[in-house]
Amino acid sequence: MIDLTVTHPIGDRIREVLPPLPAALANGALAVASLALLVTVMAILLVWLERKVCARFQARLGPTRVGPFGLLQPIADALKLLMKENLRPTATDMVAYYLAPLLPITGSFLVLTVIPFDHNLQVANPGAGVVFVIAASGLGILGTLIGGWGSNNKYALLGSMRSGAQLFSYELSMVLCMLLVVMAAGSASLREIVLSQQGTVLDWWIFKLPGAGFAAFLLFLISSTAELNRGPLDLSEAEQELTGGFHTEYAGMSFSMFFLAEFVNMFAAAALGSTFFLGGFLAPQIGVHAVDAVLSFVPGVIWFGLKSGFLIFLYMWFRWTFPRLRIDHLLALEWKFLLPVSMGNLLLGATLVTFGLLLP
Amino acid sequence: MVVSRLIAPKFPGGGAKMEPYESGEPTIGSTRVPFKIGYYLFALVFLVFDVEALFLFPTLVLMRPAGEGTLPGISSALVFSEVLVFLAILGFALFYAWRKKALEWE
Repeated sequence: MIDLTVTHPIGDRIREVLPPLPAALANGALAVASLALLVTVMAILLVWLERKVCARFQARLGPTRVGPFGLLQPIADALKLLMKENLRPTATDMVAYYLAPLLPITGSFLVLTVIPFDHNLQVANPGAGVVFVIAASGLGILGTLIGGWGSNNKYALLGSMRSGAQLFSYELSMVLCMLLVVMAAGSASLREIVLSQQGTVLDWWIFKLPGAGFAAFLLFLISSTAELNRGPLDLSEAEQELTGGFHTEYAGMSFSMFFLAEFVNMFAAAALGSTFFLGGFLAPQIGVHAVDAVLSFVPGVIWFGLKSGFLIFLYMWFRWTFPRLRIDHLLALEWKFLLPVSMGNLLLGATLVTFGLLLP
Repeated sequence: MVVSRLIAPKFPGGGAKMEPYESGEPTIGSTRVPFKIGYYLFALVFLVFDVEALFLFPTLVLMRPAGEGTLPGISSALVFSEVLVFLAILGFALFYAWRKKALEWE
């Protein structure tokens, strides 16, 4: 049977010292605290990376003044946003207006709880982890819709409607790509999915399902770009047309919660991509014993970070390479191309798995 | 957000500052304008697909163990044919929506 418990040396030590209930509470608090730390550090790092990568693509330098290589720039930004006046326009619906910024960040935080960062580094490992991920990421869509409605502003309303249509459309092809890997791995637990890719690099699902795996990876990249509201599919924000879309009326910290959620979401999506297709925390093995020994000496967290970092760089690359689509083109792309293709891809994968046509 | 609420400065509001942002123009009429029915259609089609996808999960999880013969009474041919049926229903739904022009944006 599949073992779903997550053990970690620190957690075990706490369990030895304390009686069961306080130990469980302490472990939970520790997990939440470390995740919160991770989220903060990740967001700061990604804001910096985004600005640097963006600048390099436009032959600029990006932030250089605050700290070494401008590394402290996002912290300065965060402090500035924290000191901003919390403005709530009189026309807004108070409950909806204040609830909306909290939902996306909650959703991405929940997604991070089931991601295996290393062999024993995961907050929880539910058997239906993939379903949990999909459910939790749905909170982000809700936040967008509620925020747009609660703002009581036409720009915001239009932006949130577009964004809702875009987010739930692209969720479908993303789910179908995840389903392909779930089928091939024979489990919906994220750790089992990673462990099913043990072996050489060719055992990663991106390569192991001939053709179907790579196609699913590409489809996943495109649809998660749309899910993340990132260019070229960032219609919900579309600064030039909608003056910021659903968060037009937000200022100060409530605006930064949306912003923060966007960056944490990007990390979560990249982490999911590397978990599903690139072997997650497993070290890449090429079949030569000496090299493999060195590669597997590096801890899994580092490999996980490198793979996710690579995917994040791909997202940024996308953003500065393609122009933004129009809303009807965007929906046509999903419903008339990505969705049928990912359904066909799933069928191809099912055939491959049933008739045992995986790469050896 | 709580921290910000405590330390952020408060400036006297009022006047144009608290109005909805519409590029400087006062809003005309209510903001609760009727919006395109197209969004509703897409939401409806999405619902069909999402529920189907959720039902696909347990079926697909069984596929590998069935192929390896570890599940008594369930053959991989059975699971495969179920997946075929699921995908056929999904494909038909997509085809139907396409033909009924639910996916057009006018």
